[in-house]
Amino acid sequence: MAKFKEAVLDPLSDNNPITVQVLGICSALAVTIKVETAVVMALALTSVLTCSNFIISLLRNVMPMKIRMIVEMTVIASLVILADNFLKAYMFDVSRQLSVFVGLIITNCIVMGRAEAFALQNPPRLSLIDGFGNGLGYSAVLIIVASLREVIGSGTWYDYRILWLSYEGNGLAILAPGAFIIIGLIIWIQRTIIHKVEED
Amino acid sequence: MDLLNLAVKTIFIENIVLAYFLGMCSFLALSKKVETATGLGMAVVFVLGITCPLNWAINEYLLKDGALVWTGDERLASLDLSFLSLILFIAIIASVVQFVEMALDKFYPPLYQALGIFLPLITVNCSILGGSLFMVERDYTLPQATVFGVSAGLGFFLAIVGMAAIRKKIRYSNIPSGLKGLGMTFIVTGLMSIGFLCFSGIQL
Repeated sequence: MAKFKEAVLDPLSDNNPITVQVLGICSALAVTIKVETAVVMALALTSVLTCSNFIISLLRNVMPMKIRMIVEMTVIASLVILADNFLKAYMFDVSRQLSVFVGLIITNCIVMGRAEAFALQNPPRLSLIDGFGNGLGYSAVLIIVASLREVIGSGTWYDYRILWLSYEGNGLAILAPGAFIIIGLIIWIQRTIIHKVEED
Repeated sequence: MDLLNLAVKTIFIENIVLAYFLGMCSFLALSKKVETATGLGMAVVFVLGITCPLNWAINEYLLKDGALVWTGDERLASLDLSFLSLILFIAIIASVVQFVEMALDKFYPPLYQALGIFLPLITVNCSILGGSLFMVERDYTLPQATVFGVSAGLGFFLAIVGMAAIRKKIRYSNIPSGLKGLGMTFIVTGLMSIGFLCFSGIQL
């Protein structure tokens, strides 16, 4: 049981996929202008990651190591197509806003990285939990960044106005540089708390 | 739109790394040395320049709604296979990378040596797949798609080489310990991105 608990809790902070493992940065930056898109993206990635870890772990003993990349790619791409079409069918507006970034889950390094680093060596149930935990860690960072950007950028949170009405919004937080700097600051705070120092 | 304008716009104004955040993973991981950054940048220009027109043809003659009209078969002509685009694009990218690797090894070994391990890594670089997806979303024609591919690659090249040069400079700076490495890289990228924002005032 302890193993399962660790697999969920570890990626939330000490081994967070974005701030510590440095995986899946692209989408973390691009979809965080509004909390709503970030939540949808986080759900999509968590479900793809959980399923792909489970399926790849099931296949780990039957697939030849030489072609494992192609097999993994096919599994991930099929799951992403499912997620993409699901979003198009039930949440069309959000899927418009996410544009190409749902498709880019295929090349999101978290999915591939966890498949290679974890699912290939561990039994299916544990891999499923690991995928879920990493998805949660990703979601946590995504939602924090999106909250900061939406509150500073437009004065709203999930489309509810929370700052005073005359607040005009700050364009820098909405544009690309704001995303980079906010993630940089989050990494700084988090690494200071967990005492991780990177020698460059 | 004029092709030259498209190129300028893709390289500077809508830089694929600094404005669309594509290819960030390799941008962060491989920008420690200028030499490796140059190698990766060249490989990206090369592969984007080939896969964009190729995926354009695939989309135009196989996947798009009514794309199969050229077969002359009515049942095929009414098909819309665009839901397959993701899986087919990634397959094309993976095979092009493999093929380019073999061709370079045989016909032009110096370039193959220079690109080294970066060629195979490119399959999972999101800027390549992202380039193809943007091209489909924006309805480019064949020449536009080719120019877009090459100049998106050049934009990546410019950003990663600049980043590598800056990181080399700041290696001996006195940075707070939690900010060292990744954190500082992000903030510098943010500043670079602000620099590139200046171009957005240009009307083409």
